[in-house]
Amino acid sequence: MENNDITLNITDREGVLHTIDAPTDMAMNIMEVVRAYEIAPEGTIGICGGMAMCASCQCYVTSDHELPEKEDAEEAMLAEAFHVEDNSRLGCQIPITPELDGLAITLAPEEL
Amino acid sequence: MITTDILIIGAGPTGLFTVFEAGLLKLKCHLIDALPQIGGQCSEIYPKKPIYDIPAYPEILAGDLSDKLMEQIKSFEPTFTLGERADTIEKLEDGTFIVTTNKGTKHKAPVVAIAGGLGSFEPRKPPIEGIANYEDKGVAYMIKDPEVYRDKKVVIAGGGDSALDWSIFLTDIAKEVTLVHRRNEFRGALDSVDKVQELKDAGKINLITPAEVTGIAGENKVEGVVITKKGEEQYTLPCDNFIPLFGLSPKLGPIGNWGLEIEKNAIVVNNALDYQTNIEGIYAIGDVNTYPGKLKLILCGFHEATLMCQSAYKRIHPGKKYVMKYTTVGGVQGFDGTKKEAPKAVIKAIN
Repeated sequence: MENNDITLNITDREGVLHTIDAPTDMAMNIMEVVRAYEIAPEGTIGICGGMAMCASCQCYVTSDHELPEKEDAEEAMLAEAFHVEDNSRLGCQIPITPELDGLAITLAPEEL
Repeated sequence: MITTDILIIGAGPTGLFTVFEAGLLKLKCHLIDALPQIGGQCSEIYPKKPIYDIPAYPEILAGDLSDKLMEQIKSFEPTFTLGERADTIEKLEDGTFIVTTNKGTKHKAPVVAIAGGLGSFEPRKPPIEGIANYEDKGVAYMIKDPEVYRDKKVVIAGGGDSALDWSIFLTDIAKEVTLVHRRNEFRGALDSVDKVQELKDAGKINLITPAEVTGIAGENKVEGVVITKKGEEQYTLPCDNFIPLFGLSPKLGPIGNWGLEIEKNAIVVNNALDYQTNIEGIYAIGDVNTYPGKLKLILCGFHEATLMCQSAYKRIHPGKKYVMKYTTVGGVQGFDGTKKEAPKAVIKAIN
């Protein structure tokens, strides 16, 4: 069977690096991959379910992969989110595609 | 004291549908919700977004789903305590519960159903060092009484509708209104954005963008806020009040301290039996609960509510026998005297 997985390097909120395989053929996004691997505790990520309406899946992109442009909803949410940096993205708005192989991200701190 | 049969905490879709299933069993319901309106996430987060997995609705807007549920439960005359958060619970000797809200409203019921979703919606608090020490001393996350700001120097932070609307509103009351936002663009309603532009041009709103409030200054009360603009030196802007308006986010909150078993930010229930928690008489249904295989879906919440009501009935009427009846057979008899029932078959001879 053809292997549709790519490798992601995700640093969790405690600073621990997780190198994981993510499927490109399951219509998943980065937030969902983080949840599937329980890299952040359930209930602290993907709170709005992936509608770009909370910022619980905010992450910092630390590799120089070309990512899809931010749509208005993501821009708007990042304008209101906390701990935002220039490389901030919402994980729920980034689909897992073959181009992202080797992507490195760090999860932003949880909002308290 | 408000008394009822089933006290439902959370007026989202699961809580609302509970009223219907309870009504079929002649049990009355009262609902508490921290939001000022019913609908939970459906009305607060995504009222205009479609849902595609409600059985028999190929597509329905979240807001419309709430409206339909209200229509469905109307004849069971649910009552509500809205805009108040359920804070404490007390179990009396006779096994009934008293739930008290943050505003002191007391509710008594033999069964409590927590349909709290992701928790109660609370204002998002910016991560500014020491901000908690200034709460009620010049810092507020929502505006309850605008008169508090009369003749004061007020700084508002945020870029959404509430930040824009309150900035506009307070220009007539406060001595000075400053709006700080991280971007130059605002995502509020166009009318509000235009109005703020107009007030800015007229010198009535001091607009600082793109910038952030990163600190608070003052002895025992707010005397100024630290403004940080990228590439520029920080400075302190003197003011009396700082109002960060960054919308709401759900928090499990005080329910987390009720002695219920919590796992993954959700309440553990006895899987697929009746969704009772570790405290007899307290149930948890919908997104707020967890068990092996749990899915946070509205349709699963409906199922959980239905089983939970059967269990609640047995708890409230331990001696009574009951078997589930199809609504097609039994109809729906409202507490308001209305009755819906399937038309009877007509028998007529052909001569």
